[in-house]
Amino acid sequence: MPTPLVVSEVAKSFTMHLRDGIQLPVVENVTFAVAAGECAVLGGPSGIGKSSILKMLYGNYGVDAGQILITHDQETVDIASADPRTVLALRRDVIGYVSQFLRTVPRVAAVDVVAEPLVARGVSHGKARARAVELLEKLNLPERLWSLPPATFSGGEQQRVNIARGFITDHPLLLLDEPTASLDAANRAVVVELIRAKKAAGVALLGIFHDNDVRAEIADRIIDVSGFRVTRDAA
Amino acid sequence: MSDHPLLRVNAITKYYGSRVGCTDVSFNLWPGEVLAIVGESGSGKTTLLNAISTNLMPTSGTVEYRMRDGQFRDLYRMGEAERRFLMRTDWGFVHQNPADGLRMTVSAGANVGERLMAIGNRHYGNIRQEATQWLGRVEIDADRIDDQPRDFSGGMRQRLQIARNLVTGPRLVFMDEPTGGLDVSVQARLLDLVRGLVNDLGLSAIVVTHDLAVARLLSHRMMVMKEGRVIEHGLTDRVLDDPREPYTQLLVSSILQV
Repeated sequence: MPTPLVVSEVAKSFTMHLRDGIQLPVVENVTFAVAAGECAVLGGPSGIGKSSILKMLYGNYGVDAGQILITHDQETVDIASADPRTVLALRRDVIGYVSQFLRTVPRVAAVDVVAEPLVARGVSHGKARARAVELLEKLNLPERLWSLPPATFSGGEQQRVNIARGFITDHPLLLLDEPTASLDAANRAVVVELIRAKKAAGVALLGIFHDNDVRAEIADRIIDVSGFRVTRDAA
Repeated sequence: MSDHPLLRVNAITKYYGSRVGCTDVSFNLWPGEVLAIVGESGSGKTTLLNAISTNLMPTSGTVEYRMRDGQFRDLYRMGEAERRFLMRTDWGFVHQNPADGLRMTVSAGANVGERLMAIGNRHYGNIRQEATQWLGRVEIDADRIDDQPRDFSGGMRQRLQIARNLVTGPRLVFMDEPTGGLDVSVQARLLDLVRGLVNDLGLSAIVVTHDLAVARLLSHRMMVMKEGRVIEHGLTDRVLDDPREPYTQLLVSSILQV
């Protein structure tokens, strides 16, 4: 089986034009791979560029140099140089992403927020909703919230909506940015169980977990991001 | 995923005398894709929209549209009658001011029905039924069907304009600041409505807006314009979350947080 994710010599910096064009180097020479059925975890202290790496993999941040090769159905695409249309197709079919914060859309009910990725893949509204309800139930989101837009939910409630949305599809590659950060122990355990099911299904997972207990339970390997830090001065 | 674009815009340039409207803009639009054109007032975005939608003859450049038979046609080499027919049937244009896109002194039902008659529908009962259904889709009560849009609120007028445009099942819709003059709560409702309709109908759309939140919510891809040129172009969330150009960084950092 081909490796679904290969990251090769990726570099990223930000140029702040509003502050006299200063360069903020983030990471360089980022090189690793994640196999199917494996859960790799990005390690290292806060602010070291872990979230930036996930965002580059999702096509949300531009990439200065290097390649991010996503392989699915015998086809390999470099997301670092792919056009917007290809990136959107990859997000629909291949790469799932649970962000730290839920971006809410006015008036859309939580259950529909969760069901949306399935609907986008052509699943009927009814089936997609039924699956969404299953996941929200599993994540202990009170039933009275399902039909409400998540804008007014608490942090933990929003995060569970976000997790359900990310886990609802069978995307072969899943990126997780601190999905358990604002959850209680019971719900953390649910997320651990969901991640295990994904691994068993052959999904390649790459995540950021600050919670040591969760990390110990699900991580097959830690990728130390401090090794990708830019050491020399950026001119 | 379709392998042919719906629209090919090639090197569109518009001068007003010696003043630049927009310069050398090229892009493809794909079926089901929503493109946002952002930039501040005077950046050339409305000029570009008008030049693409054949409301304004460009100084140079071509716009090709893939007709329902699969053939690309150069819009500026088409006969006037054919172009008008295309605009009435296969395209929609949602103006910032609903009064520009509606007939204010005929009923809401007639505003929607008129486009159906333009494509050959003659059966009154069918037209009225279709109009009623579309009013429902844009959340206007059926009992307002005989009222004139001048008696409607701004948000209702804008929703009516959208119904009028979508009733013929267009493949491409142009929108010029569709939420421009509306209250925030009315804006949210309209955006959600447009977003749902675009998804359900698989429409392609080009949306001109100065509001980056509108671009984020509606579009897949965005172009940032400044002084008549496209200075940055890409996936909407990439441009907004990792802006490269100084001007885009300024725009993004100027958004007020609530």
